[in-house]
Amino acid sequence: MSSLVKCPHCGLRPREEFTIRGEVPTPRPAAGADESVWFDHVYLRDNPRGQHREYWHHSGGCRRWLVLDRNTVTHETGDVVDASTLKSEGRA
Amino acid sequence: MRYSALSLLGNTFSKNKNWKPAWRNPDPKPRYDVIIIGGGGHGLATAYYLSKVFGVRNVAVLEKGYLGSGNIGRNTTIIRSNYLLEGNNPFYEFSMKLWEGLEQDFNFNAMVSQRGVINLYHSDAQRDAYTRRGNAMRLHGVDADLLDRDQVREKLPFLDYDNARFPIMGGLMQARGGTVRHDAVAWGFARGADQNGVDIIQNCEVTAIDRDGDQITGVQTTRGAIKCGKLAMAVAGSSSHVARMVDMHLPIESHALQAFVSEGLKPFIDTVVTFGAGHFYVSQSDKGGLVFGGDIEGYNSYAQRGNLACVEHVAEAGMAMIPALSRVRILRSWGGIMDMSMDGSPIMDRTHLSNLYFNGGWCYGGFKATPASGYCFAHLLATGTPHETATAFRMDRFARGYLLDEKGVGAQANLH
Repeated sequence: MSSLVKCPHCGLRPREEFTIRGEVPTPRPAAGADESVWFDHVYLRDNPRGQHREYWHHSGGCRRWLVLDRNTVTHETGDVVDASTLKSEGRA
Repeated sequence: MRYSALSLLGNTFSKNKNWKPAWRNPDPKPRYDVIIIGGGGHGLATAYYLSKVFGVRNVAVLEKGYLGSGNIGRNTTIIRSNYLLEGNNPFYEFSMKLWEGLEQDFNFNAMVSQRGVINLYHSDAQRDAYTRRGNAMRLHGVDADLLDRDQVREKLPFLDYDNARFPIMGGLMQARGGTVRHDAVAWGFARGADQNGVDIIQNCEVTAIDRDGDQITGVQTTRGAIKCGKLAMAVAGSSSHVARMVDMHLPIESHALQAFVSEGLKPFIDTVVTFGAGHFYVSQSDKGGLVFGGDIEGYNSYAQRGNLACVEHVAEAGMAMIPALSRVRILRSWGGIMDMSMDGSPIMDRTHLSNLYFNGGWCYGGFKATPASGYCFAHLLATGTPHETATAFRMDRFARGYLLDEKGVGAQANLH
């Protein structure tokens, strides 16, 4: 795992400051959505071998939720954005 | 050749020059009735029981590395059947019974050692939960004994009984639990399956799966195309990766789990002990090294290695349980990839394709299940119906709401 992660708010910070939540799922379905849509959202995972987009929490820093690209084989980290940008784009 | 005292003696007199390899190293044939992807413990056990019990002998096991290179050679070798739930307990007890007769059955010394497994409890609530689990085990005909503090102290005097936060109040013991030499399990199953005509093909990675409608016709591998009648997946941490080749989406995440071994010590711990206040389990190998492990790393990973943060975490948990560990040096640590299912229980079922079968989601509890997993998966492959002890491990249980939540934690690292 990279030792330093670039938080969009705090800059380059040590990895220990972050808590990893896991895969960014499909957007949360509407309350009345079909059961199969909810099943997909709650239980199914892409779990790729390679590039993986996941939620990180900068719990030891700005305490913002971030979305980060990470390679699950090499653990190299790539782009980091604030999770709210995903929401404004309707992807979370 | 059948291994026996006589064969040992004969080979001793001929200066050990006549030993033969334990299994062949064949090239793949153009077609098999059954192809099993994954030459780990579960895949090899499946091939063994398919050929031995169900008479299906035109079988290939495809392994992308060498035998024993995956989780079968990376675990902490613990076997037990101390499960609570109806859907789990009979299955793991079936596995325990298979372990008890395994070495005679496959004629290989797997060093099955029923030295006992003790789960420590540290609070009244935990004692009550363990009492309930012990009672459930006994109702299923499994041995279980609730030990109080003094009984545990008699067996394990070196634990930290008066730990300020986690005083040890007692433990739940399964005397029939224990350890098994894990790579000998792979070798024994491989040798047994090979003798029954199964082709074990190493260094053969599946790169694509060929389909015709809802039928699998064969696989593309790094050693060429192979056709098959039925295809079985037993690929543990790579489950999602291989399933994606047939557009299957699984309720599984892959996480790394580390295991450790210390320098060799004089006899110190003669059972398996698990910490009830953290995630730590330890036993002592016949060579004297302490074999122990802890939690998953807490993030998706396909790298067969862990991070130092988890090493520290495991060492702290170990120290909280056995203060004497502070002087012990860790020799090695290694990581394996766990197929963490969403309810923490395995999946063994048919799939959306008519001749594709799936076995995975064993989380970090797959080793103890190896013989029963192989037996039940072979049963499913040969008969098309689940074995009577494995009816709860259905793929659709998540959608139907019938989760098998033995611990209620699933893949969620912060709940462990």
